[in-house]
Amino acid sequence: MSNTKYILGSFADPDEMMDGIDRLQANNISIYDCFTPMPIHGIEAKLGVKPSRLPIAAFCFGGLGLMLGFSLLYFTMSYDWPMNIGGKPSMPLPNFVPVTFEVTILLCALGMVATFFFRNHLFPGRAPRVMDLRATDDRFIIAIDARDNANHELIDNLLKEAGAVEVKYNERKYVSYE
Amino acid sequence: MSSHNESILREPLMTGKGITYAQVTDDILLPVENKPNKAWWIGFIVAVCGAMLWVISVGYTFWTGIGAWGLNKTVGWAWDITDFVWWVGIGHAGTLISAVLLIFRQNWRNSINRSAEAMTIFAVICAATYVVAHMGRPWLAYWIFPLPNQFGSLWVNFNSPLVWDAFAISTYFTVSLVFWYCGLLPDIASVRDRAHGLRKKIYSVLSFGWNGSVKSWQRFEIVSLILAGISTPLVLSVHTIVSMDFATSVIPGWHTTIFPPYFVAGAIFSGFAMVQTLLLILRKVMNFEHYITMFHIEAMNKIIMVTGSIVGVAYLTELFIAWYSGSEYEMYAFANRIAGPYAWAYWAMMTCNVISPQLFWFKKIRTSIPISWILSIIVNIGMWFERFVIIVTSLHRDYLPSSWAMFYPTWVDVGIFVGSIGLFFTLFLLFLRFLPGIAIAEVKLLLKSSSLQHKTKLVQEGAFPEDQVEFFRNSLEKYDSVTEEEINALRKK
Repeated sequence: MSNTKYILGSFADPDEMMDGIDRLQANNISIYDCFTPMPIHGIEAKLGVKPSRLPIAAFCFGGLGLMLGFSLLYFTMSYDWPMNIGGKPSMPLPNFVPVTFEVTILLCALGMVATFFFRNHLFPGRAPRVMDLRATDDRFIIAIDARDNANHELIDNLLKEAGAVEVKYNERKYVSYE
Repeated sequence: MSSHNESILREPLMTGKGITYAQVTDDILLPVENKPNKAWWIGFIVAVCGAMLWVISVGYTFWTGIGAWGLNKTVGWAWDITDFVWWVGIGHAGTLISAVLLIFRQNWRNSINRSAEAMTIFAVICAATYVVAHMGRPWLAYWIFPLPNQFGSLWVNFNSPLVWDAFAISTYFTVSLVFWYCGLLPDIASVRDRAHGLRKKIYSVLSFGWNGSVKSWQRFEIVSLILAGISTPLVLSVHTIVSMDFATSVIPGWHTTIFPPYFVAGAIFSGFAMVQTLLLILRKVMNFEHYITMFHIEAMNKIIMVTGSIVGVAYLTELFIAWYSGSEYEMYAFANRIAGPYAWAYWAMMTCNVISPQLFWFKKIRTSIPISWILSIIVNIGMWFERFVIIVTSLHRDYLPSSWAMFYPTWVDVGIFVGSIGLFFTLFLLFLRFLPGIAIAEVKLLLKSSSLQHKTKLVQEGAFPEDQVEFFRNSLEKYDSVTEEEINALRKK
């Protein structure tokens, strides 16, 4: 038994990588993940990755912002210290629109991005978990868990048939730790 | 699919021969990974001198108070608010390019969005300094926010557009910064994975651990789209609220309902002009000619022309409504603009903003780099005068003729304005030195769909009818980055 943990198919072209995914899937080889220097449209459907639920988070945070913004205005202007400004009503709804809107947008944006960072474990100083250093440059990587898929020769052949320029057998999951 | 064959009738968004994904990374990271050249240093030193002038002028203002400016009892707002509105307006183009063009799926935004967004952020920083400086006692600037306080729980007046403005500008700055930085993550990761030693450590911290997995890209795209969706109404609201600073007052010439749309159009107009000013130099100095092509320049000139025309119509509408209103004060305010002591400023505005963008109807002018550059600067001068005319000419003729006055700037006014341009360029040049000036990942998307080499390959394979290829060949003639040889290659099979 070799010590290979992950097999990486390294492609120079995104379409060839997509072809590689098709060939692997046709042979019931499970794909761990793909790493690409740019977003690849349609890859989620192929790999069975569920649609992101971030829009729901964005909507909830926006709703929260709407309520907080309006509550702030209602509390300060109408409840805590209603001011008589030229005899105008103490709850002038049209005047509440701009600030409520801005708070809604602010919370929606910050909440959604915070959720994105939290779910993807992105934060300043996080050690990058990179399997191939060229995946952020010019290579499109298919990573296959070598222990779950025993027939390494078949994988190698399939990747090369699809046009992989290089097939790597990594004994460590991440190459970015030194 | 990562690549789709778009119509040959569309002009290429990327030129050059034999471009690979690796070369895109190399080209764009060249200024980041190498020591800056002489042009950068000269620009940077000049900009830092400007920024120093800004520090001195603002420091002097804080020390002596806003009496250091040329304001008087009648003209209480002048250069400070003019410069503020000018900078905020300039900032708007970045959001427009990154958000509105994303929603409309205009792929040409991919090559210019990063630097335009950076421009937005630096312009808003410049604008925000005026807001703080013109308060007079900047150490009390936080009073604009509704903080629990010891003054008998007296809250800020949320009926005031100035308070809305504080909320709008700070929200706009925050959301723009977040949008810009999220987009930068994959590109910082590209720098990180090519770097060594301390450099690698720094970019590693900045990259937040980005790795480009399927799920991260999926979420990245959703986040970009939603941020674009919410930034679009946000950017419109910001300049609407800026215009309400004037429009909700009872000063003749300010109290008009046309202000919000007219200010927004003006903001886009001046912002695109500033993007044009910067990018024309950037593409030359940084050798980005293959990424920021003639198509981009022409498209931006068209937007300048359209928004310039909207602004022109707004000026004429204002005049008409001033007459149609029958209000003596309103009519006087505009007659005074046209023929009063500041008529030179009014006509400078009219010439720069209404007449000069009309020159872009001519394709020769639209596709000429030197003329585009000069016109973009003229537009920015014109837009500065627009705000000056609106603010100073409306104020200097008070209701009481005994209070009539003129405004003369002091060296501090001039110093803060010139200095803020220095500050802006200092930040922009630092950005170009340390971060990728073009969104690498997004430009890579264009390589197999909209690049000239891809289209040439398809043409040579005979994928398109000859009349369409002919149209495409003709459209390439304006490109300065496409050689005769490359056009001829389209004839071969």
